[in-house]
Amino acid sequence: MEQFLINPDCMVYDNHPVTLTGEPYHYCPGCGHGVIHKVLMEVVRDLGIQEEVIGVAPVGCSVFAYHYMNVDMQEAAHGRASAVATAIKRVRPQNYVFSYQGDGDLAAIGTAETIHTVNRGENILMVFVNNAIYGMTGGQMAPTSLLGMKTSTSPYGRDAASMGNPIKITELLAQLPGAYYVARHAVHTPNAVRKLSKAFKNAFEYQKLNRGTCFIEVVSNCPSGWKMSPVQSIDWIEKNMLPMFPLGDIKVPDPKTGNPVMVKNN
Amino acid sequence: MEKQELKGKEIKLMKGNEALAEAAIRAGLDAYFGYPITPQSEVMEYLTEQIPVRRGLVLQAESEVASINMIYGAAGAGARVMTSSSSPGMSLMQEGISYIASAQLPCLLVNVMRGGPGLGTIQPSQGDYFQAVKGGGHGDYKLFTLAPSTVQEMVDFVFEGFRMAEKYRNPALILADGALGQMMEKVELPAEGEFPHVIPDWATTGKKAGRKQNVITSLFIQPEKMEQINIDLQAKYKAMESEVKSESINTEDADVILVAFGLVARICMKAAELAREKGIKVGVIRPITLFPFPTEVLNTTADRVKKFLVVEMNAGQMVEDVRLSINGKADVQFYGRMGGMIPDPEEILTKLESMMK
Repeated sequence: MEQFLINPDCMVYDNHPVTLTGEPYHYCPGCGHGVIHKVLMEVVRDLGIQEEVIGVAPVGCSVFAYHYMNVDMQEAAHGRASAVATAIKRVRPQNYVFSYQGDGDLAAIGTAETIHTVNRGENILMVFVNNAIYGMTGGQMAPTSLLGMKTSTSPYGRDAASMGNPIKITELLAQLPGAYYVARHAVHTPNAVRKLSKAFKNAFEYQKLNRGTCFIEVVSNCPSGWKMSPVQSIDWIEKNMLPMFPLGDIKVPDPKTGNPVMVKNN
Repeated sequence: MEKQELKGKEIKLMKGNEALAEAAIRAGLDAYFGYPITPQSEVMEYLTEQIPVRRGLVLQAESEVASINMIYGAAGAGARVMTSSSSPGMSLMQEGISYIASAQLPCLLVNVMRGGPGLGTIQPSQGDYFQAVKGGGHGDYKLFTLAPSTVQEMVDFVFEGFRMAEKYRNPALILADGALGQMMEKVELPAEGEFPHVIPDWATTGKKAGRKQNVITSLFIQPEKMEQINIDLQAKYKAMESEVKSESINTEDADVILVAFGLVARICMKAAELAREKGIKVGVIRPITLFPFPTEVLNTTADRVKKFLVVEMNAGQMVEDVRLSINGKADVQFYGRMGGMIPDPEEILTKLESMMK
C-alpha cells in the first residue's frame, strides 16, 4: 500500500498545541472550523497569552468551541457574543478577549450587537466565520448565502427580490470609526491559512494598543450543508464564495500614524 | 476625572430610582449595563453622572437584549453587576435571564414596573408578578425576588439582592413599580466601601497555569447531564426558601387579612386603619420576598382567620400563590386595579365592608 505523506511545505499547523484541549472535534469531515480553531489557538500559544485570553463561543456549529480551545470561555446566547465579549473586556481590560461567531449568529440575529460593538470600538477581536449557511440546524439559508444558492429554506435558490441579497457585513463594519483592523481571510489552502494566522497575530497585537475593534472574517466551507465532498467544497469557495467575498485587508492601521485607513480597491 | 473619596453614612431626601442607583454605588457595583426606559431612566442617568467621578463602570447598551447579555459576560468574568429596566424592557431581557439562571451567575436585576400589556402606559403597575416569580423566560428557574414598599427598601434591597445573588450564585430581582421609582422619601444610605466583593474562582479571568479552563455555559446537551443540572438548581431554590421574608401587621386579632406587596401594601395599611375606625378588625400581611413566597405565614394565619383580601395593581396574579398557600382553609378574595391605576384606601375599605356583610 502506498504510504500517504503530507508534503512538509503544506504542514501549516502542529498536531497538538497546548492551547487546544486535545478533544476530537465534532465537526463534519472537511469543515473549516477545526482549522480556524487550531490557527487561532496556535497564535495564542505563540504569543504566550494563554493565561490572559478569554473567549466567547456562539450558537451554531462552533457552540462547543470551549471544548477544544483550552482557554477561559463563555458560551453566549445566539447573536450576543459581541455583547458578552464587550462586558468581559470592560470589566477585565487587562485580558485579551475574542468572540467567535458564524454568519447567522453575527450577521442575522446578532446584527445590532455586531454593529454597536464595532461602533463603540470595543478592544476585542471578533472572528466571523462565513460559510454562507446555517450548519448546526441543518443547512438553512444564511444572511450570506449567495444568490441562487439552494438551501433547505431556499430550495429553489436564493432570490434577491424575496429573500434579499447576501450581506457583506465586513465591508459595512469597516466604515465605522470604531473598526481598527478589518480583513477577510480563508482556510481553503495552506497559503490562506498562513495569511489568516498572521492576521490573528496582528489582531492580538493591536488589542494591546486599545485603539478599537479588530474584525476578521474567515470564508469557510460547509461540505455537509452545501451537499458536496470536502474537495468539491474547496472548489466551490474559489468559484463562488471568493468573487462575492474577496480576500484581503479592508481596513488597516497606517504604519506611520497608527490610524486605521481603508485599503484601496475595497 | 478626579475620583471622589468614599462616601460615609448619610441621610437624604431622594427619589426612589436615584436612591437605588446611589445604593448600588455604595454596594460596590463594578458595572451597570442598561437601556433607557420610563419610569426608571433616572437609574442610569444618575449612574452615568456619578460613576465617572466615583468608581465602577456604566455602559448604555444598544438594547435591553444587549444589556442583559453584557450582564451575563461581566458576571461570568466575576464582576458585581446590575441592570435595571421597566416592563417592556424586562420582556426583552427574559431570554438572557434564563441563560444567566442556568449558568448560575450572580447579578442584580431591577424592574420598575409600568402598566401593560404591550407598550401600555408609563404609570405604575404590578403586572409583571407572574413574569418575575414564574420564570418569565424559558425553562425551570427562579429569581430571588424582593418587593420594596418604600424608598428606603429600594436602598436596602440593593445590598440584600447582591448578598443573596452571590450567596446562591443566582440572579436576584428587585420588583418595584413606577410610583416607588418616582416618589421622594427620606433614606438612610449606608457607608460606601463596606461590602467587599471577591472575584469567584469559577469566573473567566484567564486560565492560569495549573488550573483547568473556566467555562461559563448554559448548554448541557446530554439529557442526563441537563437533568442533573436541573436537580441541582431545584435543590438551590429549595435552600433559598430559608431566606423568606414577610411583614405581619395587626394580624393577631384580625377578622380579615389584607395581603399585598410593594406600594399596595402601604395603601392597604391605610385601608386597615380606616376599617378599624369603623370597627372591622383588619390585619395586613406583606410578602417582602416574592420568591421565596411566604407560604408558611399565610397558611398558619389561615388556621384562625377565615377571610383574606388580596390587593394588587394587576388582574390578580399573586392571589394565585396566596390561594395555593392557604389551600382552601379560608375564603380568599381579590381586588385589583390595572393599566397604571393605583387603588385608594377608600375603595379597598368598600370591598372589605362588602366582605364583612
